[in-house]
Formats: sequence, C-alpha cells, structure tokens
Amino acid sequence: MSSASDLLERARSGNTRSIARLLTIVENDEPDAAEVMRELYPLTGTARVVGVTGPPGGGKSTLVSRLAGAYRDRGDRVAVVAIDPSSPFTGGAILGDRIRMRERFLDQGLFIRSMASRGHSGGVARATMRVVHILDALGVGTVLVETVGVGQEEVEVVRVADTVCLVTVPGLGDDIQAIKAGVLEIADVLVVNKADRPGADEAVRDLAMMQSLGTRGGSGRQRGLEREGSQWRAPILRTSAFENTGIAELMAAIARHGEWARESGEQDRRRRDAARAEVETLLREALVKQVTDRIGPAAVDAAIARVAARELDPYAAVEGLLGA
Amino acid sequence: MEVIYTGVHQTPEQVVETALQEDADAIGVSLLSGAHNYVFPRIAELMKEKGMDDVLLFGGGIIPEEDAERLKEHGVERVFQPGASLEEIVTYLRDAVAQKRGG
Ligand SMILES: Nc1nc2c(ncn2[C@@H]2O[C@H](COP(=O)(O)OP(=O)(O)OP(=O)(O)O)[C@@H](O)[C@H]2O)c(=O)[nH]1
Ligand SMILES: [Mg+2]
Repeated sequence: MSSASDLLERARSGNTRSIARLLTIVENDEPDAAEVMRELYPLTGTARVVGVTGPPGGGKSTLVSRLAGAYRDRGDRVAVVAIDPSSPFTGGAILGDRIRMRERFLDQGLFIRSMASRGHSGGVARATMRVVHILDALGVGTVLVETVGVGQEEVEVVRVADTVCLVTVPGLGDDIQAIKAGVLEIADVLVVNKADRPGADEAVRDLAMMQSLGTRGGSGRQRGLEREGSQWRAPILRTSAFENTGIAELMAAIARHGEWARESGEQDRRRRDAARAEVETLLREALVKQVTDRIGPAAVDAAIARVAARELDPYAAVEGLLGA
Repeated sequence: MEVIYTGVHQTPEQVVETALQEDADAIGVSLLSGAHNYVFPRIAELMKEKGMDDVLLFGGGIIPEEDAERLKEHGVERVFQPGASLEEIVTYLRDAVAQKRGG
C-alpha cells in the first residue's frame, strides 16, 4: 500500500484510483485520515455543495443526474455523493442503481461515489462532511449530495450543503405530511418533481400551505417574496427529471439562494456550525481516548459494570473516572 | 459488506470506471448473454491498465466449464455457475478479498 503523501500527489494530478482511496480513508476514518486532512483542508472552501433530499422514489437520483449533466455542461467539475441506508441488521448495504448517467460515464470531470449510512464512527453526516472536504480540495466545483430524507440522520447529512433542495412529487396527498416539519424547514429550495404527472399544482399548493404554517420568514412571505432582508423563503419549483424540464430554473434558484447566503451571512453561519460540529466531535473523541489511555480500559469497563449493576449512578461513575 | 449495483448493460469500461471511483475491493460480473469470452478479458485488461492488481475479479452466469477454465488464465479468479448458493458466494468473497488486500 502506498503512503498517504504518494496518494495525495497522485490524487492531485487527477488519478481516479488515488482520489477514491483518499475518500475511503476519510470515510472510514482510517489512521491516515488526519494526515490527509492536514494536507487538504487548507484547499477547501470553494466548492458549492448542493444537498438533494426527499422521500424515497421521488426522483432524486434522476434529478441529480440531470443537474450533474447541466453543471458539467457549464464547465464545472462535478461530484455526486449518493448516500443509501445500510441494513440495521447486517450492517451491509446495497447501494442502489448508480445514478444513470451512461453517456457521461467516462467523463473525467464527473466523479460519482456511493456511501452507505453504516455505523460510521460519529455517523454518516461526519463521514459525508469529510468526503466533501476531499472533493472540494481536489478542485471539484459542484458537489451534489443525495440522501433519502425521512429522519433526523438525513437532516444531519444535508447540513454539509450550502443549499438544500427538498424533492417531492405530485399525488402524495395527505402523505405530504410524511415530510416531517423539520425536513421542510431545512429546505432552501422546494422541488415538485415528476411535474409531468397530474397533480403538480396541488402539490405546489400543499407545499406553499405547509410553508406558510412554518415559523420561518418575515413580512416578505405574505407578499410572496423570495428574499427580504436577512430572510429567505424557499421558492417552489416544478421539474420533470424524466423530460428534463425545469432544470435550468432549478439551477437558477440554487444560484440565487447561494448568492443570498453569501450576502446575508447565512453561508458563514452554516460553515461555522459545521466546523463547530466537526471540531467538537473530534474533541470529545480525543478526550475520551485520553482519559481511557490514562486510567486504562479496564477501569472504564469496571465502572460501566457497576452502573449496570446499580451500584453506581452514571454521573458518579464519570466523576470517579475523571478523578482517577 | 456493501454492494454497489451498477445496473444492467454496462460496458467493461463503465464497470472498471465505477469500481475505480468507488474504491471497490472486488468486481463481480453476472453474464447470461454469452459474451463472457469478450467481457471478462477486457475488464481484466482495463484493470491491469489502471493498476488494480489488488482488486478481485469474479463472475457468474451461464458459462461453460472449459470457458471458465480459460477465463481463470485471464484473471477471473472464480466463476459461479447458476444455482450457486448465496452463502457459498459470500464465504468465497470474504476469504478471497482478505487474501487480495492482505497479499
Ligand atoms: N414520471 C416521472 N418519473 C420520474 C421522474 N423522475 C424520476 N422518475 C422515476 O421515478 C423512479 C424513481 O426515481 P429515482 O431517481 O431512482 O428516485 P430516488 O428519489 O433517487 O429514489 P431513492 O433513492 O430510492 O429514494 C424511477 O422509475 C424514475 O424513472 C419524473 O420527473 N417524472
Ligand atoms: Mg436515489
């Protein structure tokens, strides 16, 4: 196996295999991850990260393919990170149909990577963040992150994004409630995909209504403004990934949101939140390791056993371990 | 174990590029079309070109014994016939991948 510095050098010259290895290293938090990050982190911060989330089967992958193609046509280097759920039982995963971009399969400006939301230390959100950092540092201009938006974990994942698109479809009816309020709130752009099907108008109306019940937004909301001062009101767009319509409008909305985020300070705020989450998690892990190294894993295990046996309460256990 | 499904009707070039980007430990190709005598050697050739010497290549499908033997010379390390059990395949993969990456 080659050393991290060899890998870095080859990855920088565009070697696909080395880029892929680097992504694995940071995804799995392998020992070389720290060195890789030390070298590459200073080069990050220029990629635009677009999150695409929404209920299963809504056409996220198809839409992401269209977007990736359109960003490529514009000359961006593009990467797609597609996250699929792992089985909670086996820990294994089948990472579904790699997005269908046959005509661009051999396009060196497009990198597609699947990830399973397996029990990464610290969760898939952090692993995604690290993977995005690497792609960013290696000169990818646009990173598209696809994740099924159903629960908390997915909401965490899209926090890596500068702009979050929530993809729904016509005909969800009352099921639109299944899009949890929390997911709706993180959306910067709302997309009704499969607009080639009947019911798109109703879907747009339902979303607008749910949005007006939300808590975000100022007076601009009533007047239907997208932005007003420091407020952003997610526009609702129609697309048909199938018929390739509405894609340019979606890209324009993503760009407008990006512009607003930069001007309003929202982008800085998000990046600070993300950085805080990354640092605090690492700090927590490092502190646990430091304590464990000092007093030995056996002492920790012993305390845990006493808590389980109700001889000690958890607070007292921690106090004892720190004082040991 | 994580499986990345490429979808059907992939060219050897597409398969190898996907395996590269995904940093796969093994490439498994299922073929029923009879094109195995072209597809497998081509994949093996591309893998060699890309320096993927620690990536396992195996396959399955309707492949006559004598072809399977010849494919082995081309670096197809194992060919499963129809009816091979999932367990057999999984067990094989665990061992073979560990050997490849370790050796
Ligand atoms: N009619 C119509 N069908 C679409 C459209 N976009 C996607 N589909 C179809 O919807 C199905 C699901 O599409 P995907 O792109 O795999 O959806 P997804 O949201 O990525 O699915 P998961 O990742 O499994 O949650 C496929 O059969 C697509 O062909 C569209 O705009 N119109
Ligand atoms: Mg998908």
